[in-house]
Amino acid sequence: MMLPVILWTDQLVFVLVAIVTLLAFYARNRPHLRAPWRAVLERPMGAVTLLVLGVYVAIALLDSLHFRLPVKPAPDAPNQETHYSVDVQSVLDLVLTPIRAHDEKTYSAPFATRLFVQESTVDADGNERRVYPRLQYGGAHLDDESARWSDIGRRTGEGMLYAGAIWVVAVLLLLLVLARRWARGPGEIFSDMSSGRLRHPWRSVLVTLFLLLAVIAMLAELAPYYHVFGTDKVGQDVLFQALKSIRTALLIGTLTTLIMLPFAILMGIMAGYLRGIVDDLIQYLYTTLNSIPGVLLIASAILLLQVYIDGHPEMFDTDAARADLRLLFLCMILGVTNWTGLCRLLRGETLKLSSLSYVEAAVAFGVRPARIMLRHLLPNVMHIVLISVVLDFSGLVLAEAVLSYVGVGVDPNMYSWGNMINSARLEMAREPMVWWSLAAAFVLMFALVLAANLFSDVVRDVFDPRRGKG
Amino acid sequence: MFAYILRRTLYAIPILIGVNLITFVLFFVVNTPDDMARMHLGMKRVTPEAITQWKVEHGYDKPLLINDAATGLDKLTDTVFFEKSVRLFVFDFGSSDDGRSIGEDIRQRMWPSLAIALPVFLVGLLVTITVALMIVFLHATYIDLLAVVTLVVLMSISGLFYIIGGQFLFGKVLHLVPVSGYDGGFNAIKFVILPVLIGVVSGIGSGGRWYRTIFLEEMGKDYVRTARAKGIGERIVLFRHVLKNAMIPILTGVVVVIPTLFMGSLIMESFFAVPGLGSYTIDAIHAQDFAVVRAMVFLGSMLYVLGLLLTDLSYTFVDPRVRLS
Repeated sequence: MMLPVILWTDQLVFVLVAIVTLLAFYARNRPHLRAPWRAVLERPMGAVTLLVLGVYVAIALLDSLHFRLPVKPAPDAPNQETHYSVDVQSVLDLVLTPIRAHDEKTYSAPFATRLFVQESTVDADGNERRVYPRLQYGGAHLDDESARWSDIGRRTGEGMLYAGAIWVVAVLLLLLVLARRWARGPGEIFSDMSSGRLRHPWRSVLVTLFLLLAVIAMLAELAPYYHVFGTDKVGQDVLFQALKSIRTALLIGTLTTLIMLPFAILMGIMAGYLRGIVDDLIQYLYTTLNSIPGVLLIASAILLLQVYIDGHPEMFDTDAARADLRLLFLCMILGVTNWTGLCRLLRGETLKLSSLSYVEAAVAFGVRPARIMLRHLLPNVMHIVLISVVLDFSGLVLAEAVLSYVGVGVDPNMYSWGNMINSARLEMAREPMVWWSLAAAFVLMFALVLAANLFSDVVRDVFDPRRGKG
Repeated sequence: MFAYILRRTLYAIPILIGVNLITFVLFFVVNTPDDMARMHLGMKRVTPEAITQWKVEHGYDKPLLINDAATGLDKLTDTVFFEKSVRLFVFDFGSSDDGRSIGEDIRQRMWPSLAIALPVFLVGLLVTITVALMIVFLHATYIDLLAVVTLVVLMSISGLFYIIGGQFLFGKVLHLVPVSGYDGGFNAIKFVILPVLIGVVSGIGSGGRWYRTIFLEEMGKDYVRTARAKGIGERIVLFRHVLKNAMIPILTGVVVVIPTLFMGSLIMESFFAVPGLGSYTIDAIHAQDFAVVRAMVFLGSMLYVLGLLLTDLSYTFVDPRVRLS
């Protein structure tokens, strides 16, 4: 049996999932909470970007279920106690086994069948020669290397075919479900969908779904036989690294917010409502924290953490646990540098709200301040919280890359786009250049950040009452 | 108005004290000088004598806050806190772990930093505001939509990509400028062009969007409607009325960063091997030179607080309401 491992960040991920689920259930039967989300989904941009983000989240969640496999006991071992490997794996690792296990010797280009560097071999006549040796896995199934491109083409075609098949089945199922619910013919619904006469942008969503399926199916077809994004210095598949990095990026983008949110909300509302000395103190606190350059504060904190980790090796039974603590700490310290902006916004909004007559009425009724803040002010500033959470996300993902480059980001052994870029930087100087690690990291990061940015635009438009309904 | 300025200036003092305390706690209490010594000497096999010697060499051998061994005022001044933290207020930064004077290093290195950061700031401001004004001028057309989408795409690209891509394209493929390096005097120009270009381009996305929002908000106000109703052309409304009034929100974001330009940009300088304060900081982080990091934290905070002060001052010039109240 395998031993489930729950890392610190995994726990927080589960908490986050639980919170989101609870909030969704809470909002389900409350029209005033549901309406803006419906509006988000009714916009093509909102629905499409949510779908893309969903794929990223799904990968990250798969990557958050960790376990350790048992080590096969030596045949002559007397005791029956099982030992577990120190290598912490996730469900995503299992899914990606065909890619993960295919380690080459060193660099190889995308779709290559031979190594990127020469090696000396001794041929049949005993002469030493420098050749590009064949890869162990990439294209190893080919007897004739010249058939490579036709093989790739065939597999791509097959992938498209599978994607198409899955898509058609999914669309048919969807039509049947909708037909039952709306009591209309499926054909009628389909023609409405394709001409965009329905409330929701089904056409855009389905097209995006097809594109996503196509990409996934093609990768699933190609990746076991080729290194789609090549391999890195130690011969590891770059696509695998890039996919594993998704969890790190999403964690930094969400956990940071989760950690800082309670402080920001509490302090912001307290400063705005209680005013006086409380306001002065809180303002002083955030101005002081804000005036320390963020990168330097993070750098100092991470350096100090590293001293602590090095001093207490007994606390961590696996490398993953150590890397995980550093990630968690990074999220916390990013939270410390990031809460000030939201706090200031909330303070301003609360100041504005507390002069409104409904709050004055509550005061006149003798409602206690704590209750006013909780029941009357908090719900009315939640839209600001939501908007800033969504807006911050993409910035944090980008910040991770920069921090890892400076050397104060996540653990150097952890999969992250920042670490990929950092290690690929020196490879740019090689001649010819090794560009694929950079490309993979940038492409996946760009897709995530772009989707997040577009999504946050929609959310802001819908939730911000000042922007009107137009 | 004088009282207002005085009040704002005095307000800066507690903030700097706060920053000083935070750095002191971070660097000396959470992480004691013993830990630092152990880290520099290597974790394993460190004798207590070696630690003591390292602390004496770097001046960390005194008590942290109160020196019981000393008499009179020395009880407070002959301590790590006074020697290392309080001295920062008079710009006495001490010396780095390899024995160089940090203050001297900073004075030398701030000019290359400024040579890049200042043009990036000025040209960037000009370019982004022009772009934003043009987009607002074409508001509600297809060009507007296209431009906004372009801006979102631009801001979704990692800053590292701009640098690596720019170095590759202009340095390695086109051979227009050196890939990295720096030189004094007028020779610096050829090294500065590329970082400045990259800095400006990478800021267009978020900057352009930010200014566009500000201008659009201004456009919705009553005075714009009045101006239009009087029959004033759209161009004059935009450049003479909207731009002037948008100065207030623009100033909030802009003035505060001016002093911090001295600090340079961490990433840019380390990619282009510019011997400025940014790369100084990065080197210190990599070498775990706490003395330099501490000095830079304090310098950065001081410049930021100065920026806040300048922002307040600039309000009094731009916005008569502040001046009169």
